[in-house]
Amino acid sequence: MKTAISAHQVAKRFGSVEALAGVDLTVLQGEFFGLLGPNGAGKTTLISALAGLVRVDSGRIEVMGCDVVSDYRNARRQLGVVPQELVFDPFFSVRETLKIQSGYFGIRDNDDWIDEILANLDLTSKANDNMRTLSGGMKRRVLVAQALVHRPPVIVLDEPTAGVDVELRKTLWQFIRRLNSDGHTIVLTTHYLEEAENLCSRIAMLQAGRVVALDTTANLLNRFASHALHLRLGAGAALPPVLAARATEQDGIWSLSFDRFSDIEPVLAQLRAAGCSLEDLEIGKPDLEEVFIRVMQGQQGDMML
Amino acid sequence: MNGFTTLFYKEVLRFWKVATQTVAAPVLTALLYLLIFSHVLESHVRVYGTVSYTAFLVPGLVMMSVLQNAFANTSSSLIQSKVTGNIIFVLLPPISYREFYAAYVLASIVRGLVVGAGVLAATMWFAPLSLNNPLWVLAFAFLGGAILGSLGVVAGIWADKFDQLAAFQNFLIMPLTFLSGVFYSVHSLPPFWQKVSHFNPIFYMIDGFRYGFFGVSDVSPWKSLAIVGSCFVLLFLLTLTMLKRGYKLRA
Ligand SMILES: Nc1ncnc2c1ncn2[C@@H]1O[C@H](COP(=O)(O)OP(=O)(O)OP(=O)(O)O)[C@@H](O)[C@H]1O
Ligand SMILES: [Mg+2]
Repeated sequence: MKTAISAHQVAKRFGSVEALAGVDLTVLQGEFFGLLGPNGAGKTTLISALAGLVRVDSGRIEVMGCDVVSDYRNARRQLGVVPQELVFDPFFSVRETLKIQSGYFGIRDNDDWIDEILANLDLTSKANDNMRTLSGGMKRRVLVAQALVHRPPVIVLDEPTAGVDVELRKTLWQFIRRLNSDGHTIVLTTHYLEEAENLCSRIAMLQAGRVVALDTTANLLNRFASHALHLRLGAGAALPPVLAARATEQDGIWSLSFDRFSDIEPVLAQLRAAGCSLEDLEIGKPDLEEVFIRVMQGQQGDMML
Repeated sequence: MNGFTTLFYKEVLRFWKVATQTVAAPVLTALLYLLIFSHVLESHVRVYGTVSYTAFLVPGLVMMSVLQNAFANTSSSLIQSKVTGNIIFVLLPPISYREFYAAYVLASIVRGLVVGAGVLAATMWFAPLSLNNPLWVLAFAFLGGAILGSLGVVAGIWADKFDQLAAFQNFLIMPLTFLSGVFYSVHSLPPFWQKVSHFNPIFYMIDGFRYGFFGVSDVSPWKSLAIVGSCFVLLFLLTLTMLKRGYKLRA
């Protein structure tokens, strides 16, 4: 597999803030890659550095093998960025915006592709409306469209679903998934971890400008997250002391966590043997949110970097 | 159609779409200046011995409009793009800093020339106007527009807020243009203020521009050309350096 993006020891300070503290990262061509991290972790700064909007203090970044500084023209042709901020040019209509954006990339007759993007993002009926008159979600769609006018092999979306309704989220992900299966590399940042878990095959977690976890989504889930058992006891019943010692209680619900699914069965047997009556039982699957919280709390353990 | 031509086209389209504000309004302002000043001064002032005050005023107003509008175009476009954030649309594509400069400044020259032509068309009926040498007229209009357009790039990039830009405009551009001899020949000034005027680059732009109409001027057009040309080269280098470094554009 060839690399789509490679960041090597990328560092960037804003005054006293260390936004990126030596980031090493490789994204392969065709990947659906997630870039996660709390507010201020440096996700947008990394994307901006990739796009040439931010000049790094040290380190280097390549997009499809093109250095983003010394070979910026080719690097930028390969890259489509959907910015986090909702920005637009109030002087133009949706179609004008997209035609002008195409022109910036040296593409003259782009109407067929523009029509296709508009249709896929449910914007066809708004094509001739002025940008000012669009709702926030519509403006967000236009930003996605703008990032795609030059058919970039690498597409970076910085929180594209912030403030976007369920319907568009579905259409947007359908479209992005299709682009991904057509061979486009996708990099996504989002605070909706469920979204990332469903879409991304590999994930990097950033914290204070450092990569603190980097692995396939499946490995991350297996490594950090645990299966959980949530119990509501019958009236008068008590948890056997061995179990109570390792369980936590909240609002009358006891929770136990397990590293492996197979560890659950013996506990159920123990409960049965103790004659503990249950009112309700739920098995929780590991999810990315738990992984995220654990990683952010510094439980990297034996993680692979 | 490459990045440069598109950016140039977009910048022209941007002011053309709101031409009432960006073209018609400055033409009307210049016309009002002409009506008021010529009404008050026409019978009292003669310039260069033979030229009527109104005739003298017309090219001055035309050039002032060229300069002010070239400045307004780049500075307002850039600060708006920065404040709203849509500047990234031109920073993300493969557009070099030279293309960026050329597109913005050329568009500002176009705006300046369009407004200047409008002012000329609106005011030339009020006085007999000769056209001694159109080459001087064009040369100074282009260079002046390019200088003020570049200055607009500098100001638009430097200013973080609209009021900073307004300060730049009100405390630098306006005094320099109003005190440049648009409304009077500097020869009519006391010697001290004549000297001071000669430190104002805009004085040479107006004076050289006027020479193209009347074939007479306060200083030799060649001297004016040399000074205006040097100003342009200086500002060209300054602006390009700023853009190359990504000053306030690329963090
Ligand atoms: N232009 C700038 N000037 C000064 N500080 C900046 C600038 N851009 C980012 N920072 C700082 O760098 C750090 C990283 O910011 P960044 O926007 O990359 O975070 P993020 O991971 O994208 O966060 P979020 O999830 O909130 O979007 C923050 O502390 C931020 O305040
Ligand atoms: Mg961000």
